[in-house]
Amino acid sequence: MATPNTPLWEVFIRSRNGLAHKHVGSLHAADATLALQAARDLYTRRGEGLSIWVVPSSAITASDPSEKGMMFEPAETKIYRHPTFYDVPEEVGHM
Amino acid sequence: MYTQALNSSDGDERFVEDASRAAAFQARIDDDERIEPNDWMPAAYRKTLTRQISQHAHSEIVGMLPEGNWITRAPSLRRKAALLAKVQDECGHGLYLYAAAETLGTSREELVDAMLAGKSRYSSIFNYPTLTWADIGAIGWLVDGAAIMNQIPLCRCSYGPYARAMIRVCKEESFHQRQGFEIMLTLCCGTAEQKAMAQNALDRWWWPVLMMFGPPDQASQHSDTSTKWKIKRFSNDELRQKFVDATVPQAEFLGLTIPDPGMKQNPETGHWDYSEIDWTEFKQVLAGNGPCNRDRLAARRKAHDEGAWVRDAAAAYAAKRESRRTAQAAE
Repeated sequence: MATPNTPLWEVFIRSRNGLAHKHVGSLHAADATLALQAARDLYTRRGEGLSIWVVPSSAITASDPSEKGMMFEPAETKIYRHPTFYDVPEEVGHM
Repeated sequence: MYTQALNSSDGDERFVEDASRAAAFQARIDDDERIEPNDWMPAAYRKTLTRQISQHAHSEIVGMLPEGNWITRAPSLRRKAALLAKVQDECGHGLYLYAAAETLGTSREELVDAMLAGKSRYSSIFNYPTLTWADIGAIGWLVDGAAIMNQIPLCRCSYGPYARAMIRVCKEESFHQRQGFEIMLTLCCGTAEQKAMAQNALDRWWWPVLMMFGPPDQASQHSDTSTKWKIKRFSNDELRQKFVDATVPQAEFLGLTIPDPGMKQNPETGHWDYSEIDWTEFKQVLAGNGPCNRDRLAARRKAHDEGAWVRDAAAAYAAKRESRRTAQAAE
């Protein structure tokens, strides 16, 4: 008999106070409580985290890789959004 | 890591080949770009990776069995805690790898079922028994040492989720090899009987460990396309040679003899030349006729069957809570 599928969760861990939660991987669990416990066992065996978020994978909406150009190219030509675009005379010093 | 959520709408489209897309794909690989789960990829790339990553995952899980065999008989609390941590790591590595394999569109349940049905392989090395405590030392030192040689280049594999899983695995794996070497060193500094036990373990594990790198280059069936796709960065024989060159001085330090009377250092290349490997043994073990093949599969099937009620109960509880929540929301 085929084994029934268990829901998939994405795991996010905050490593130190002040840093944002970061995606570390995914796991299977029947519900949120079990997902948190499994995330503790699977992703923090060496003290990697102070806080864990688990999110059902099905709740994530992702951008389409084939629309990468349309999504991100507009930003590439706007070099005036970076500080290096502007000339400041050396005498003025660090700004 | 997003398999179920994002790849489900692809339908069968992902199995259709397309020459211009295939060329664009190869150009990305040649450019050292990483391929991500929802990017287009040739069906053969998907199939090769699903096979390789799932077999790698099965190996981690089955690899818990020979070592788990010694947890209750470890000679001290320190050794027991280390071995327990190592076996837990192997389980974790299996799960990272199943998650990476799943991003290619096959569920973990299907992958596990294929292994339990004997349709998907795991590393031949885990079909050998752990007869004495020294075998735990030899496994850490040699088996994990060989695994690290294999896995470090995989951290740069073209498939993003696999490469990321391997980075995590490699970070954790180095303690495995060091604790194994420490066990060997302690035995080698002990009584004559303890040293003989270490030598005996080396004698039994040496050749099977060399076979872990897979068939010789001229006979390997997957190498060419895997190299083209940058799944594989070094050939089987190159990695095997690297491992031998690294291990010979370590054995010397331990005062142990590698069970290969023909082994000698090549004066021109500096490499250690080893004798012919008995590939009939390798084929026999792969065909299911190694010393422990039946035991290993039986143990995995037993664990899977005996865990069925836990999976069922967790699913039933989650469903009950969900329906209660929906009912409350409707009120």
